[in-house]
Amino acid sequence: MNDNAKIYGLLAEFAGPDELVRGTEGVSKAGYSRIETYTPFAVEGVSKALHFRPIAVAVIFLVAALLSAAAGYFMEYYASVISYPENIGGRPLHSWPSFVPITFEMGVLGGVLGGVLGMLLLNRLPRYSHPVSNVERFRAASSDAFFLCVESSDPRFELERTTEALRNCGAIQVTEVPLES
Amino acid sequence: MPPGMTDDSITERITGIVVKRKMGYGWIGGFAIAFSLLMMFNYAIAVLFAYGVGIWGIQIPVAWGFAIVNFVWWVGIGHAGTFISAVLYLCHQEWRTSINRFTESMTLFAVACAGIFPLIHLGRPWLFYYLFPYPNTMDLWPQFRSPLIWDMFAVTTYAIVSVIFYFVGLLPDLATLRDHSPHYWQRVIYGILALGWRGSGRQWSRYKMAYLIMAGLATPLVVSVHSIVSLDFAVGIVPGWHTTIMPFYFVAAALQSGFAMGLILIIPVRHFYHLKDIITGRHLANMAKLLLATSLIVGHGYFTDTFMSWYSADPYDKFIVADKFTGAYAIGGWMLMILDVGVPQLIWIRAVRQSPVVLFIVAILANVGLWLDHFILVVQSLHSDYLPSEWRMFYGTKWDWMTLFGSFGLFLTLFFVFIRIFPMVAMSEMRGLVHKKPGELKERGA
Repeated sequence: MNDNAKIYGLLAEFAGPDELVRGTEGVSKAGYSRIETYTPFAVEGVSKALHFRPIAVAVIFLVAALLSAAAGYFMEYYASVISYPENIGGRPLHSWPSFVPITFEMGVLGGVLGGVLGMLLLNRLPRYSHPVSNVERFRAASSDAFFLCVESSDPRFELERTTEALRNCGAIQVTEVPLES
Repeated sequence: MPPGMTDDSITERITGIVVKRKMGYGWIGGFAIAFSLLMMFNYAIAVLFAYGVGIWGIQIPVAWGFAIVNFVWWVGIGHAGTFISAVLYLCHQEWRTSINRFTESMTLFAVACAGIFPLIHLGRPWLFYYLFPYPNTMDLWPQFRSPLIWDMFAVTTYAIVSVIFYFVGLLPDLATLRDHSPHYWQRVIYGILALGWRGSGRQWSRYKMAYLIMAGLATPLVVSVHSIVSLDFAVGIVPGWHTTIMPFYFVAAALQSGFAMGLILIIPVRHFYHLKDIITGRHLANMAKLLLATSLIVGHGYFTDTFMSWYSADPYDKFIVADKFTGAYAIGGWMLMILDVGVPQLIWIRAVRQSPVVLFIVAILANVGLWLDHFILVVQSLHSDYLPSEWRMFYGTKWDWMTLFGSFGLFLTLFFVFIRIFPMVAMSEMRGLVHKKPGELKERGA
């Protein structure tokens, strides 16, 4: 459609978090899939309404922590047994109990570094700009406004019909999001 | 949670302090004092680097003096911040939301102070990087069986994780500052720091998952860090150090000094920045109860330590415990018991819990007591070694005291800067509480 090329989507404002969750569920039920909410805090129920579960983040944390812990243990083993073996009063070179603290610390460090980096990259951050911020009112999304955006790339997107659908779902205001400011 | 608070009023109140409020004389005066102390710290360290650790009071047998005492004390103060951020988050203690940003900042700055002492107490501080396992032409590795190396890994990990945890918690609030600052340059700086955060549904749910897991990882981390610090002592054969109670008791003492420091910082700030409706008497009372609980655990640690030294029938250990209360350092031994276990018992009284001024004084006394505790642990145990001909008293020189008080300068300078540039209260989490139903909140104690 012609309209779709020029705009990023339609931004609907809702009165509060509960209205937003109901609205998102309604729009999702109407068959729209390219939708996204914008809220000043993590609203309970939104990810369910968007059919989204952040499993990838948890997996990245786990894998990063395990790999890093293993690397930490291997470093200690390599240093104490292979590269620089020291005989201290006949104690075993592979004295694993004394390797536990560093293994644990390395696991936590790697997990947090990897997990947070993974979270940011999956969230496409850092990012210089985004079309939704072309709407003047969007500034309130980091304070007290609750938005739902239906993107124009959605196969069901049609300017009038989608506006109508958003209003039926309880939106108090619907704005077009221009691609360029 | 105060009634009548809305999303917008939170934004207005908290960002207003950062981006609109002018610098008052109080802030400038406080900053000037803190900064002077920091300059004194720099001076003391410069002299130290020029002349070496001989300017301190340390000698043989008391080779560990103020530097280690201060290190243990400052690391401990950091622990309560992580405890409040992570453990109380996992336990759904939602009252933490008003104070977690404060205490997390306290953690960062305390760890910054702590990190300096192990570096400067080295005889040749410019070779500190020998502690890191890096490929080197000497073909050497650090000794991974040594608690000192564990300590280096633990404290470094703790510092890095604290910074990341802090930044992730700050991210949505930085976006709020970006969108609500009156000046262009403020919007640019906060905009860069906010990384383009938009608060989309998918972003939030990944964010929450990451925050939850980080809290889960930080919880064992905070226990491990001071446990490992305690192993610096417990693995040694010095009587008074060589006990298994150490990790447990160190963690409790760390949390106690942190809760006390939290009260010391929060009470004046909420007064001067008019935040009494956000950080209420309940928050102070809850902090005070945690201080009381940890002081009881520390008291239990003292009891067990004394009992075990008698029960062990080890003459050296029995001697060192008796010496703590009857020997040359007896005043310190009794004072620390009174200050860090005795004084906090006042918190049992409701009127004390409800009076910020009294709590402030109790917190300061408790923290002095905990510093004394570490002092006695380090110095008194060392000063009477196995060989009586070696026994010697330790006296801190003026450089020792300047380094101790100078580190307050670093801590307070960082804190004064923090209250001007970052929001003091986690706004995005506060908004979440505003929209909770009153019954639900009461249940969870917010």
